[in-house]
Amino acid sequence: MIKAVMMMNTQGKPRVAKFYDFLLVEKQQELIRGVFSVLSSRPENVSNFLEIDSLFGPDSRLVYKHYATLYFVLVFDGSENELAMLDLIQVLVETLDKCFSNVCELDIVFNYSKMHTVLDEIVFGGQVLETRSDEILKAVEEISKLEAASNSISLVPKSVSGWRGGR
Amino acid sequence: MEQLKTIGRELAMGSQGGFGQSKEFLDLVKSIGEARSKAEEDRIVLSEIDILKRKLLEPDIPKRKMKEYIIRLVYIEMLGHDASFGYIHAVKMTHDDNLLLKRTGYLAVTLFLNEDHDLIILIVNTIQKDLRSDNYLVVCAALNAICRLINEETIPAVLPQVVDLLNHQKEAVRKKAIMALHRFHRKSPSSVSHLISNFRKRLCDNDPGVMGATLCPLFDLITEDVSSYKDLVSSFVSILKQVTERRLPKSYDYHQMPAPFIQIKLLKIMALLGCGDKSASEIMYMVLGDLFRKCDSSTNIGNAILYECIRCISCIIPSPKLLEAAADAISKFLKSDSHNLKYMGIDGLGRLIKISPDIAEQHQLAVIDCLEDPDDTLKRKTFELLYKMTKSSNVEVIVDRMTDYMISINDNHYKTEIASRCVELAEQFAPSNQWFIQIMNKVFEHAGDLVNIKVAHNLMRLIAEGFGEDDDDADSKLRLSAVESYLQIMSEPKLPSLFLQVISWVLGEYGTADGKYSASYISGKLCDVADAYSSDETVKGYAVSALMKIYAFEIASGRKVDVLPECQSLIEELLASHSTDLQQRAYELQALLALDARAVESILPLDASCEDIEVDKDLSFLNGYIQQAIESGAQPYISERERSCMLETTDYHSRDHHEVPSHALRFEAYERPKPSSLPTQASTELVPVPEPSYYSEAHQPISTSSVSERESSEIKLRLDGVKQKWGRPSYQSSTSASSTPPQAANGTSSHPDVGVGSSSLKPRSSYESKKPEIDPEKQRLAASLFGGSSSSRSDRKSSSGGHKPAKGTASKPPKENPIPVQPPPDLLDFGEPTATSVTATDPFKELEGLMDSLSQDGGSTDVMGVLYSDAAPVTTTTSVDSLLSELSDSSKGNPGTYQSQTSKGPNSKEALEKDALVRQMGVNPTSQNPTLFKDLLG
Repeated sequence: MIKAVMMMNTQGKPRVAKFYDFLLVEKQQELIRGVFSVLSSRPENVSNFLEIDSLFGPDSRLVYKHYATLYFVLVFDGSENELAMLDLIQVLVETLDKCFSNVCELDIVFNYSKMHTVLDEIVFGGQVLETRSDEILKAVEEISKLEAASNSISLVPKSVSGWRGGR
Repeated sequence: MEQLKTIGRELAMGSQGGFGQSKEFLDLVKSIGEARSKAEEDRIVLSEIDILKRKLLEPDIPKRKMKEYIIRLVYIEMLGHDASFGYIHAVKMTHDDNLLLKRTGYLAVTLFLNEDHDLIILIVNTIQKDLRSDNYLVVCAALNAICRLINEETIPAVLPQVVDLLNHQKEAVRKKAIMALHRFHRKSPSSVSHLISNFRKRLCDNDPGVMGATLCPLFDLITEDVSSYKDLVSSFVSILKQVTERRLPKSYDYHQMPAPFIQIKLLKIMALLGCGDKSASEIMYMVLGDLFRKCDSSTNIGNAILYECIRCISCIIPSPKLLEAAADAISKFLKSDSHNLKYMGIDGLGRLIKISPDIAEQHQLAVIDCLEDPDDTLKRKTFELLYKMTKSSNVEVIVDRMTDYMISINDNHYKTEIASRCVELAEQFAPSNQWFIQIMNKVFEHAGDLVNIKVAHNLMRLIAEGFGEDDDDADSKLRLSAVESYLQIMSEPKLPSLFLQVISWVLGEYGTADGKYSASYISGKLCDVADAYSSDETVKGYAVSALMKIYAFEIASGRKVDVLPECQSLIEELLASHSTDLQQRAYELQALLALDARAVESILPLDASCEDIEVDKDLSFLNGYIQQAIESGAQPYISERERSCMLETTDYHSRDHHEVPSHALRFEAYERPKPSSLPTQASTELVPVPEPSYYSEAHQPISTSSVSERESSEIKLRLDGVKQKWGRPSYQSSTSASSTPPQAANGTSSHPDVGVGSSSLKPRSSYESKKPEIDPEKQRLAASLFGGSSSSRSDRKSSSGGHKPAKGTASKPPKENPIPVQPPPDLLDFGEPTATSVTATDPFKELEGLMDSLSQDGGSTDVMGVLYSDAAPVTTTTSVDSLLSELSDSSKGNPGTYQSQTSKGPNSKEALEKDALVRQMGVNPTSQNPTLFKDLLG
């Protein structure tokens, strides 16, 4: 089972943190800080795996991947395969990349709810649900479309709507 | 700020499909991004919280504004600040009909609330409604929410809807419904236990994605109860076969691998099902062999599958060919440049080494490279491997390496683990006691505060008892070396408390024993300890006791005792100590100093720490005094048992509810039902209680194989009788009376599990270098680690034989003890019946039948052949429909039976009996659940 998905930048600021078992906010912060301090002390060109019993209890493993300014982190237990989890991060990043066309840290910050929509299509209640990025994208787009359709009022405030034509 | 460079682009991007944010939110994110310090960030967030608190109080907030506030709340909570003031607004938002708002509401509540939160009750109704929605996206949102928000009590409220959704026309919904049901099962197995058959049913779903999702709950279910799912082995194998043959739609490919995540889950399940089951394993051989051939080891995901195959092979009973293939894959991993693959290689090696111990040898240099790798993860994994392959021939090298590493790291959690491993290995394989003490000193010195206190007691015991043989000379040498090493170490600053306790005890006991050190020298050292660690009362206590012993030995041997001035001041200080324990010790010491030699000798005899103290439990020496008291009119003593009978009910109460102090008003009527329920509880702890139906059967004295089962039932009977007669309190008092442990004299408690074997050091076989170009240093290390395989195994055997006479070793069976290369399969099978001995069918009647057909063994294997002919060959029809047909085929093929193949001599009665037991194991589970098959069939 996957215990947590985290994204944090190289300064340790959490960008997305999702825990599949409930934890108090303080505990979440503690774990995020703990994970960051371990990650930031890892040298370059080493394995992407960590055994992290000290933070998440016995039989906890962590897989991380470093993209530009972001760490993508998956925490899981012994019933998952480390290499496969590494590929799951790849799936997530690929999907986000397609979703936001050339994803960067800010996309994740500003599209918080979309980010979660994508994540929920991949990991559901701690289990891997879908790994085909095209399918994930399709599902997310369908949601967006329906949301937009069901939404008669414009949700974009005037101050930002001026930029909408830019793209 | 690097990330701000892109902000312009980001703003230009604006919103996509309605995910827009306001200027305020962008400003907030921006200012937090620019914050120079944590304090500044906190200040910004706090002012944001103020703004939100104010705004949320405003009347008639437009919905789009509200949505944004909620997102901002989520954001500040992610930064670690409390957003609970806004939870109710998130809850309200889930009630909205607008999909966007509803989804935002659900997202927020799943992040904010836990399943026991008070607000959940306000959401359950909405979830119920949404689960029935026509819009499947609404249904998905609700399913997503229930994974987080539903607890044991609320499961029944949504369960019917979720079960209905298992047949939803959209596969995305079916998939999520299965996952939700799985989640329920994890949270409260009992609430969905009647629905488990649905998972089997969904395994035959038309959509491969749904089938893949079903594997997650099935994996959990099979982990809990392997035997009930043995009938699915061939189904899983054929699914895997079809996946690897690319029968699934192309869209399931990931990096040119067909549905790798499904393959991995299937392999995990097969590992569980094939564990210790020869016939199940045999079904898997083919597909596993294919996987090794087909897997593309150039991609990450291909290697993931390869690794999973290795793992599977290490669990099932493998064929030699598969073992070879797994070994090849491992060597590829180890030779790779990627640290990830090396890690997997080391892990795989650790798994395979249990089955074929020789395998590590080919990779010794790779292992040593990993040990010296800068990657900590890899290093730790390698230490784990070394730990698994430790034997008496290489224990010194491995433990030395481990202790060095232990000293070098700061991570307390891992330090504790590796320290306990060092201790375990040292206790198990120590070649000599001197070496053992050296290692212990190292461990205590550097991780003393982290190790278990038992370890310290074990060490003291070892020093006290010595080799266990009648070799006093060696014992005193050992003690002297211990004393010498401690006197040296003592001068180091800041030693861990536990280590100081050991040091004090040993110095007190043996510091002056062979006359090398004078009493005043040792007592001076002890006073230094008490002085330097004056805040540690335990250490001080040990030090004072040690002083007492030293002076006692001096007095007893007739020498004049000069109490050092610092010692005198220590005693005076402790006489006024706040700790009663220290005070007592100080007073005792003072009293002892005033006694004559004869009395002192009987109080603290020399070197008597191993002698048992005879405790006069009846306190017979007080008889005269009691007689006198009774004669002068005192009440005679009523024993605890008699008293506890009188006070039974109140006693129960106080025992069960320690936290309830007032039980004066409780009267018997309330408590009546309890005593009857308690004994059964207690008896389940002691003896696995068979089900009633089985229980009666167990009394039929039919065959020899039932002896053990009858024994257990007899034990149970006896226990029942005991408890019904006296109830729980009497039980406890009797144990407390009888379980006074043989307390060792002079203060150490003796622990039964000292694991120090007296196995002697075996000559190491020299490593014949095959590759001369390699660093000789490494080669030496490799040689000492891996040794020669042949010598090492004989070594293992002899050490296991030699362990028997050694005290203590038997109590802790070493994990890596000589495993015969491959145990005979029937033994393994035979081991199972005791584990799940609750049977529905009468095992003995079946056994009888089998005994009758003693000579017809050949015939019965024929039957098995027929059974398998249905299941084994895989039809070549395409796609998932064939999965379905095969599933039902295989279940038709063996209606309620799953037979294990065993090849044995036809005339061996014993083998037949075992065989019968194995069969009966295979028979039960499915016959208990006939409905499952109905489901599968149609």
